[in-house]
Amino acid sequence: MVQIKRLQEDGVDIITPIGEIDASSSIELDLTIAKSVGEGFTKILVDCSALEYISSAGLGVFMSYIDEFKDKNLKMVLFAMSEKVANTFEILGLYELLTITKDKVEAKKLVQ
Amino acid sequence: MKYKYKVGCSIENLKGVRDFIRTSLKNHGISDLEVSEMVLAMDEMCSNLMIHAHDCNPNEIFELHILVDKDDPVVFEIIDEGTAFDINQFKEPTMDNIIHEKRKGGLGIRLVKSIMDSVEYEQQRNKCICRLAKKVNFN
Repeated sequence: MVQIKRLQEDGVDIITPIGEIDASSSIELDLTIAKSVGEGFTKILVDCSALEYISSAGLGVFMSYIDEFKDKNLKMVLFAMSEKVANTFEILGLYELLTITKDKVEAKKLVQ
Repeated sequence: MKYKYKVGCSIENLKGVRDFIRTSLKNHGISDLEVSEMVLAMDEMCSNLMIHAHDCNPNEIFELHILVDKDDPVVFEIIDEGTAFDINQFKEPTMDNIIHEKRKGGLGIRLVKSIMDSVEYEQQRNKCICRLAKKVNFN
């Protein structure tokens, strides 16, 4: 359902979910972000270019980290969403709560 | 046109539910964005039902019907045995509560209510029908 890749560039951890995140697969996203934090990364980018679908279970994962990231001064930026995926975030007004940008260059600037 | 799909209550089957809806709505001239919104709302409804009413038991089955006719609202029916979990009676937590208390539950219902025009329940003997409708543009 979802495959999640990780790649490190200039001290930034880039998480790339490939496929669809729903109630059965959101745990994969949660574990990946938790692992990144556990390894000490303070700058995390989520490359959404291969994310085909996300339901509330996946959105809930991102939201569950908002407080922790604020407390620990960690930064997370999501980028390169398709129109459909971006629409899901928009319906819930998550553009106000998460940092979302158009591409990797912008995303890297925002975490530096 | 009426499309029917039977699904066992395992969340592994949500992918099949989404594919069924996408395929059913494919050749009706509805925009991709509107189809994707309805897919999302129905994924939320079905996952709620599987998790909260059926404890993800794959042997418990419900039916999903889609009624689509040009210039009418698209109607989805979830036909299930047993009692309904009426989302109209459910007060969603605020976004603040969802963030600070990590209440993941309310997000799905918020999505369904934002996307669909109506959500109604009908109790028939031993069946419960949940009917969701959305007005869309047909090209």
